[in-house]
Amino acid sequence: MNGYVGTPTSRVDGRAKVTGAAKYAGEFAADGLLHGFIVDATVPRGRITRLDTSDALKVKGVVDVLTHTHRVALADKDEAWKDEVAPEKGSPFRPLYDDRVKFNGQPIALVIAEDWETAKFAATRVRVEYEQEAFATDLETERGTSAKVDQPHKPRGDAAAALAGAAVRHEADYVLPTEHHNPMELYATTAVWDGSGSLTVYDKTQGVQNVHKYLCGVFDMKPEDIRVVSPYVGGAFGSGLRPQHQVVLATLAALALKRSVRVVLTRQQMYGLGYRPMTIERVALGAKSDGTLDAVTHEAIAVTSRYEDFSRNDTGWAEQLYKSPNSRLSHKLVHLDVATPCDMRAPGAATGVCALECAMDELAVALKLDPIELRLKCYSDRDQSEDLPFSSKQLRECYARGAEAFGWARRNPAPRAMRDGKDLVGWGMATGVWEALQMPVAVRIVLTANGHAEVSCAASDIGTGTYTIMAQVAADALGLPIGNIDVKLADSTLPQAPVEGGSWMAASSAHAVLGAAEDIRQELARLAKAIPDSPLGGLNASEMVLVDGTISKAGDKSRAVAIADAMRHGKLERIEKQKLNQFAEDKSHARNTHSAVFAEVKVDEELGVIRVTRVVSAVAAGRILNTKTGRSQIMGSVVWGIGMALHEETVMDHRFGRIMNANIGEYHIPVNADIHDIDVIFVDEPDDRINKLGVKGLGEIGIVGVPAAIANAVYHATGKRVRHFPITLDKLLG
Amino acid sequence: MADTTIPERIPINLVVNGERRALEVVPWTTLLDALRDRLELTGTKKGCDHGQCGACTVLVDGRRVNSCLTLAVMKDGAEITTIEGLARDGTLHPLQQAFIDHDAFQCGYCTPGQICSAAGLLAEGRARDADEIRELMSGNLCRCGAYPNIVAAIEQAMSRS
Repeated sequence: MNGYVGTPTSRVDGRAKVTGAAKYAGEFAADGLLHGFIVDATVPRGRITRLDTSDALKVKGVVDVLTHTHRVALADKDEAWKDEVAPEKGSPFRPLYDDRVKFNGQPIALVIAEDWETAKFAATRVRVEYEQEAFATDLETERGTSAKVDQPHKPRGDAAAALAGAAVRHEADYVLPTEHHNPMELYATTAVWDGSGSLTVYDKTQGVQNVHKYLCGVFDMKPEDIRVVSPYVGGAFGSGLRPQHQVVLATLAALALKRSVRVVLTRQQMYGLGYRPMTIERVALGAKSDGTLDAVTHEAIAVTSRYEDFSRNDTGWAEQLYKSPNSRLSHKLVHLDVATPCDMRAPGAATGVCALECAMDELAVALKLDPIELRLKCYSDRDQSEDLPFSSKQLRECYARGAEAFGWARRNPAPRAMRDGKDLVGWGMATGVWEALQMPVAVRIVLTANGHAEVSCAASDIGTGTYTIMAQVAADALGLPIGNIDVKLADSTLPQAPVEGGSWMAASSAHAVLGAAEDIRQELARLAKAIPDSPLGGLNASEMVLVDGTISKAGDKSRAVAIADAMRHGKLERIEKQKLNQFAEDKSHARNTHSAVFAEVKVDEELGVIRVTRVVSAVAAGRILNTKTGRSQIMGSVVWGIGMALHEETVMDHRFGRIMNANIGEYHIPVNADIHDIDVIFVDEPDDRINKLGVKGLGEIGIVGVPAAIANAVYHATGKRVRHFPITLDKLLG
Repeated sequence: MADTTIPERIPINLVVNGERRALEVVPWTTLLDALRDRLELTGTKKGCDHGQCGACTVLVDGRRVNSCLTLAVMKDGAEITTIEGLARDGTLHPLQQAFIDHDAFQCGYCTPGQICSAAGLLAEGRARDADEIRELMSGNLCRCGAYPNIVAAIEQAMSRS
């Protein structure tokens, strides 16, 4: 290894991004490109009884208006509409399929014109009438209709009896609102018609092969007739895991009109797709007076649509964090007249651990224990749900390093005891946990005799740094400067990759690179040995390494053959190797990332204004491939956690079943002035069991625990416990 | 009966990154759409079309503006600088280099707007410290949450200018 892995390497796609050269889905040009503008439903449930497009069609420049009665064929079976991330149970939404309206904001027509301004104007001329039906969109009033979801966690012991008999008990509901991802890039697709019936679809997605398979199914197309490309993705955070409405509509229009079509959603229309579902988390903790836990119960009640059951693991995290002989966990869904929720950064954990960690803080107060001390008393060295040890778990070190960096020892435990001028100061902490997942990924490496390598894979880089880490790993494995590595991603014709999500892509893609690079090394060893009087004569391939553009004896650079020479002697201009990396199944250990998050808030007592002035996040996530981009991922996640704690909430007017703040002026996300010091600490966590490089992934862990740490700090500052997120100033003043 | 007529297009001239460009637009074509769809300068980004996110920030006669809230017809004859016009002869603008150095972005979508906004901020000379940068850059949202790195990048460029 040359030593790029583990260093703060700058992004290899940085120059493209700071010069405006990086092209996103809605920016690809095509001859005769048409522009589509979506008309969406204004009722949450019912039937379209009239959809009059005659006026829209009169507008000069309008080419067509597609509707459920005027379109090309769409698949009739659910199987075709089920992408790889679709919930197991349910029937996925089909844009422009029939007259049913299932949620407010549902796309019901696509106006296509020669330019965007004309399409947008003509869309206002489409007249729609509905037969409305009774609907429900309010989780809190519909809570009684919830239905239990099958979850893997089995009850342990008798939690109800243990709770009833506990010396100290804490039980409360924590309410996490609906949130929308709001990546900066609008959901966009440019479907380019090549003239002979095949399409290149530039799409904003986290998985080009997922979209490819979906489009082939939905439009009954041959795989070779459609190619999905997504070189740059302007943020996604889970919103691009499932195919979005516009990719269906742009493809539909291109096939119907045999022309290239671009469809871009407005920011408002993006609220008609997936979101983090509102969830009521009911947590009960029972403890002995010494602070050890006797019982944990955690019940989540979450929103889903009427047509699909979306749920994630909200309630299982205490099994991994806190030792308790008795536990009972359950997840329930309430079906409402809304779009199906979807994954959003650390789905399940962001909400479930928020509730658990607020509850732990409340228990610490009840026990008069320091919050870290309580967590150490309950610290679990085993995943209790499976009764397994962890492949590695440096969470104790996270608590210690985080507390030290934050200055936790100087905390006065009494609420309202710390001040800075007229501001109340609060210090809170929480634990974070996520899974270390890994998936099969294939990588192709083409090494040319001039010492350059092209590394290609269908994986996406949604800003997470996949281009960069793959270049680092390839440079080290091939013994080449990183500038000689060209990474090609996110084209459905490239080697296999799953959607980029769940924090699995770093480990999965890095090991796929290693696999293909190893085959290259073997081939070079064979070629180098075949050279007459080779300095590597008599060595096995296993004794040779790739370093500084040569293949040489490990530890002895004097016995080396330049890669170019080896290839020239073998009469090869290029060596191409493709390898699918599959991780061996290992059920002997639980695999998780962990964090300890510390937050300082300052609260203006008269106005209730809350500022998060400092956050320290100490993360144990195995080996960090790139400490620069990795730090940015955690920092960005902390910003998300601040948003979750204080700002973000999608507000529905339940009288109309319609979102009231479907824009980023009224759906508040943190702005620059909201963000102050964020200190990211990567705790050393060697893990030779999880995979060769010891990599666990960073995409989700950074947000988990942050909202709870802030909520706990707000309690410490003010003495007020707000359990209904976000913690806005009205809740402090009220 | 709804009106379905579209008014006549209006010819305008824009001087974009030093180059004179002639185009015809309807009255409601924004400067943003003119740049992206007509002039194929897609470095300027559309994130909201409502002046809420700042992704579309460009310099108009040296001042930073939200191009989505600016009608193209209002800027007939104006000098526009977009992200594509900041580098000179292949050398990055100090802000562009600072954004790379400090990893002041992840997905890169807000980045052109952040950089153009920062260039405008530097020209204004109003920001003296990190707190003022934070305040005066708050019209540019970054959903990846790169704010502390953006502030560090702007401080670097400020200290070297």
